Amino acid sequence: MTANPVFDRIQADITDNPVFLYMKGVPLFPQCGFSARVVQILTHVGVPFASANVLEDPALRDGIKEFSNWPTIPQLYVKGELVGGCDIVTEMFQSGELTEMLTEKGIPHQAAA
Amino acid sequence: MAMPASEIEALIKASLPDAHVTIEDLAGDGDHYAATVISAMFAGKSRVQQHQIVYAALRGRMGGELHALALQTSAPV
Repeated sequence: MTANPVFDRIQADITDNPVFLYMKGVPLFPQCGFSARVVQILTHVGVPFASANVLEDPALRDGIKEFSNWPTIPQLYVKGELVGGCDIVTEMFQSGELTEMLTEKGIPHQAAA
Repeated sequence: MAMPASEIEALIKASLPDAHVTIEDLAGDGDHYAATVISAMFAGKSRVQQHQIVYAALRGRMGGELHALALQTSAPV
C-alpha cells in the first residue's frame, strides 16, 4: 500500500546503496550548510556513499520527509535505516559511534590519514 | 519567518510536560535555534525516535516556519 509513488524510488535507493544521503545540492557542491557538514563527515570517515539532490526534485523533497516522518534534510540512511540528520550524525561522529556503527554493519570505511 | 523561543518551548512542553527545555537563539534572528530537551519519555528510545517525538510536538513547524533548530535530546540521568 504505497501511498506515494516516490516511496518506491526511495526504498530502492536505500536498499541498493548501503550508505545513502538525501541532501540539498551534490557532494562536491552542497547548497546548504547542514548538508555540507554531513558530506564533510562522511568524507572524513572515508565511507563511500550515494546521494540524491532534493532541490532537483520537488516530489522527492516532500516525499522523503513523509517517508521517514522526518521534517528536515539532510537525511542519512545506512543499510536502509534512517540514522538521522545533521545533529545526530555530528553527535555520533564526535562520540565515535558513527564509525563503530559502520564497522558493526560491515561497511568498509577508512579515515583519511 | 521567525518564531519566538517561548513558543517553541510551549509546544514542546505541551507534548512532553516533564521536559526540561533549554533554547538558545543562535543568530539572534528568531530563526536559528539550538534546543536541548531532556524528558523521561526518551528513555529506551533511539536518537531518531527522540527527535521524531520533538518534531511531532512542533506540529509541522519544523522545516517550515522554523528553519533551523539544532536538537539535542536525552533522558534524565
